[in-house]
Amino acid sequence: MCSCSCSHEGHEHDHNHGHEHHADALIPVIGVVTDIRVDTPDVKTFRVTAPEGGICFEYMPGQCAMLSIPAVGEAMFSITSSPTNREFMEFSIKKCGTLTDWLHQIEPEQELTIRGPYGNGFPVDDALAGQDLLFIAGGIGLAPLRSVINYCLHHRDRYGSIDIVYGARSSSDLVDIDELKNIWPTLENTNVHLTIDREEEGWDGHVGFVPSYVKELDFSLDKTVLLCGPPIMIKFTLASLQEMGFDKTQVYTTMELKMKCGVGKCGRCNIGSKYVCKDGPVFRCDELDELPDEY
Amino acid sequence: MSAQILTVKMENIGNLFKAIAADQKLYLPLEQAGQVQFLPYDPADDSQKVRLDVLNTVRSAKDLFFPQSENMVAFKKQGKKIDIIENREKVEAFTVFGVRACDARSFDILDRVFLSEPVDVSYAERRARGTVVTLACNEPEETCFCETFGIDAAKPDGDITTWIADGLLWWQANTNKGVKLTDKLLSVDAGLFVDSTGEAKALEEQQEKIREIISQLPLHGLSLEYFHKEELKTIFNSPKWQELSEACIGCGTCTFVCPTCQCYDIRDYDTGNGVQRYRCWDSCMYSDFVMMAHGNPRTSQVERFRQRFMHKLVYYPANNEGIFSCVGCGRCLAKCPSSMNIVKVAKTIGGEANV
Amino acid sequence: MQNADREINKEKISVAEMAKQILEQGRADRLMGWKRGEFFYDNSPAVFENLSELDDFVYDLFCGSNLSKFLVKESRKDGKIAVLLKPCDRYSFNQLVKEHRIIKDNVLPVEIDCDGMLDIDKIRALGIKGIKKITVDGDQLQIDTVYGPKTCAREDVLLMKCLTCKDRVGGDRFELVKEIEAMSSVERYEFWRSELSKCIRCNACRNVCPACTCEKCVFDNDKSGIANKANTDSFEESLYHMIRAFHVAGRCTDCGECTRVCPQNIPLHLINRKIIKDLNEFYGEYQAGEDDFSKGPLTRFDLDDVEPDIVMERGGNK
Ligand SMILES: Cc1cc2nc3c(=O)[nH]c(=O)nc-3n(C[C@H](O)[C@H](O)[C@H](O)COP(=O)(O)OP(=O)(O)OC[C@H]3O[C@@H](n4cnc5c(N)ncnc54)[C@H](O)[C@@H]3O)c2cc1C
Ligand code: SF4
Ligand code: SF4
Ligand code: SF4
Ligand code: SF4
Ligand code: FES
Repeated sequence: MCSCSCSHEGHEHDHNHGHEHHADALIPVIGVVTDIRVDTPDVKTFRVTAPEGGICFEYMPGQCAMLSIPAVGEAMFSITSSPTNREFMEFSIKKCGTLTDWLHQIEPEQELTIRGPYGNGFPVDDALAGQDLLFIAGGIGLAPLRSVINYCLHHRDRYGSIDIVYGARSSSDLVDIDELKNIWPTLENTNVHLTIDREEEGWDGHVGFVPSYVKELDFSLDKTVLLCGPPIMIKFTLASLQEMGFDKTQVYTTMELKMKCGVGKCGRCNIGSKYVCKDGPVFRCDELDELPDEY
Repeated sequence: MSAQILTVKMENIGNLFKAIAADQKLYLPLEQAGQVQFLPYDPADDSQKVRLDVLNTVRSAKDLFFPQSENMVAFKKQGKKIDIIENREKVEAFTVFGVRACDARSFDILDRVFLSEPVDVSYAERRARGTVVTLACNEPEETCFCETFGIDAAKPDGDITTWIADGLLWWQANTNKGVKLTDKLLSVDAGLFVDSTGEAKALEEQQEKIREIISQLPLHGLSLEYFHKEELKTIFNSPKWQELSEACIGCGTCTFVCPTCQCYDIRDYDTGNGVQRYRCWDSCMYSDFVMMAHGNPRTSQVERFRQRFMHKLVYYPANNEGIFSCVGCGRCLAKCPSSMNIVKVAKTIGGEANV
Repeated sequence: MQNADREINKEKISVAEMAKQILEQGRADRLMGWKRGEFFYDNSPAVFENLSELDDFVYDLFCGSNLSKFLVKESRKDGKIAVLLKPCDRYSFNQLVKEHRIIKDNVLPVEIDCDGMLDIDKIRALGIKGIKKITVDGDQLQIDTVYGPKTCAREDVLLMKCLTCKDRVGGDRFELVKEIEAMSSVERYEFWRSELSKCIRCNACRNVCPACTCEKCVFDNDKSGIANKANTDSFEESLYHMIRAFHVAGRCTDCGECTRVCPQNIPLHLINRKIIKDLNEFYGEYQAGEDDFSKGPLTRFDLDDVEPDIVMERGGNK
């Protein structure tokens, strides 16, 4: 482990691999937006690299980063790219406030500040290893899962079957990524199940909410589930899974609370005695039962 | 550590302050517009009034290590380019004199937050450069309940402990930093202190007196037994939070005067020719504290009020071997506009043990 | 027009008895009063819903807090709430009714007498520590402490607002304002610099202020350009206090709560009193909250209103 207390704590870290070295976890580095993709009417995916190219820091699937435009705002975002990608990092960002509005009107070459990685990430090398995986995402919830999915596909032999259930309000709200349409469905032992909330012209796929779709799909109960999306969707999908016979210990999800520091000190993101920025954002659903109902 | 006990006559205490301030900043409890604050001592300014009789400053000594607001980093934006300019204040060595036992213990509580990985650099720097000289409490207030937390007002922690007894200031170094400061003072002025080791009867009597008073205070024997992590959800779900929080006006005073409150905000300020990022104290009592895109998980003052006291009495201890995040300084008792405070909470929620 | 109906203590029974009768006779569903504290001086505002809760009811020398502002929230709940109003509190209540912040149909205002409330901080400032009990002995207070008995004059430890109570004669509330006006600009700057730099921006003054009931205060609005949580520089703390004083101008009833709650004992009421004094001089004597219907000096326009340049004429730029 790196002996400095820099933000890259906990990972192999070469002080000379590019960006300036900081001793302070709260001080960001510069990232350059090299590409912007429109995914849905209110979600864009931003490709970010260090000024000299490559990723800004090492991270694991499910971890997050604080992005900021100084004087506009700073907010936490899941890193949606897989760490196996050494060229760039990606963030899928929903337009919903000061910073995200601003980011939605920038153009490539724009610099921003970035610090991280924050959070625990998914247990890709422990609990998930060797398992059949069921990914369930709603809306922007695909962002953190995409990182894990690509990570698992990169290390395909370490995991069993992979099923991906993804739903959104309408077909235009389904994040328009290449993988979803052209790559994942074509891979061996990998299935993609898409759904939208309401009937729509030109859509011949499944219609219905994610929680009921999951039930219809009648998955075998030995899978490990990774569940991400809006709080309400998580709540109902978890209930569906339990009705089907899944145990909460089989289900991992991510929590979202207001964050400022990202390192468990500013006191902002706690649920009971756990800090979502440090002890989360990934929780096993049975762990959530231990926490007070305040999220 | 050496048990050497030095004394200096109270009438010569000015010489001691001058000697300490000779090559570093010295913070003393000074009077400012009728209130007492830890402010930089200026030997040349004889209008300054040192108040060693006042127990607790309104702003606790945490301000010196975790200031109410401090610059973190600056940015320059030019077109699509952003430059990061590190401009955090460089911390010079300093000493603070007159810290009470409760505030001295609050540093341990903050250390567990700010010195755990990843270390908070600016707090760590201030802790490393600052020497803490504590002063025993000859006259504790009725609001004091440091004893509940195993704090001995007659023998405060700190790099150096001092007492006032028998017209003398008694001085004992506890840590290497304390010994270093003592040695430096002696090297500048060998006659500053008298070695009173082994002749500390007056000091011991004073300590006895303090402990005697503490045992007579109204909050003596306050029990926090009920507050442990096994009861987390029961306490959280107690219906009593409703009535307890009724009078709370969400001002945040309790959090700002509290020596153990740690919450902060990070904000940007457009200076006109750049952007200054600073951090400042924040309060979980404020309505927008956890406001976010999909709403506010703490919609009313009941939840915010509960958060503050749950943090002090349950959450922090759950993460820190049962240590409470309160040192019984009594500031929230004395300063809340509605007279709500941690003691009322502890007695109402943790009822049984306190009747 | 006339003020909303009031409950007045005609029979001169004790306030506790009044409170009991109101709940007993069902004249209100709830009653807002004060609840006994941990010590004898730390009473808290509280809502009582039934007779057994009234066991903790208290009305004594430490009920300085003004209950009016709580009604902004309480009057929006179901049922009728009775509220105890000291003479000074009635002004805030009226003003809040006037501003439609209190739904008056849901409130039963109850006027109670008051002989002046004590300020525990003033007692402490006399160096009296470890306070256990206080007994009133004519003009004197006998104070029982951990460090033996002490005494002090009652008048010396009354709350600031009680010294110039609108219900009592005597005391020029503008005395200190005049002293400050008489200072040179340098002295005046120094005075406020020294006072205001003690501010810890805890917001107690704003949150307690019955005139500050904005749903979103400018200082909490990130988009206002003046949102801040800390005194980032010495300019900012003055900015906060001055902006606030202007926002409450003409509506401030001089209830004295801001000064009572300030943990740093900043005499905030002097800023508001300066504005009140100016308003009186410009537009004629006016007491905000005197009634719950009339228009205030700044919300009314008369052809003979003063012109802004009066400020220059009066030497405002000296
Ligand atoms: C661990 C984690 C991972 C995340 N990952 C992603 C991701 O991958 N993609 C993504 O798009 N988002 C993600 N988010 C959410 C993102 O951080 C928030 O949406 C963030 O608020 C956006 O910042 P903003 O400045 O645009 O919004 P803000 O300006 O902060 O506003 C967000 C919303 O909160 C409200 N609000 C904020 N402050 C106030 C206030 N004081 N008063 C009233 N209302 C207020 C606003 O009205 C608005 O609706 C994540 C959050 C967390 C914690
Ligand atoms: S709480 Fe204890 S240490 Fe603090 S001032 Fe009171 S007696 Fe001293
Ligand atoms: S408990 Fe008291 S000091 Fe704290 S926020 Fe509430 S009213 Fe303010
Ligand atoms: S909670 Fe109150 S008594 Fe405890 S340390 Fe904080 S201010 Fe002091
Ligand atoms: S300071 Fe001004 S904006 Fe804020 S609550 Fe008071 S009147 Fe409203
Ligand atoms: S974001 Fe600061 S504690 Fe989690």
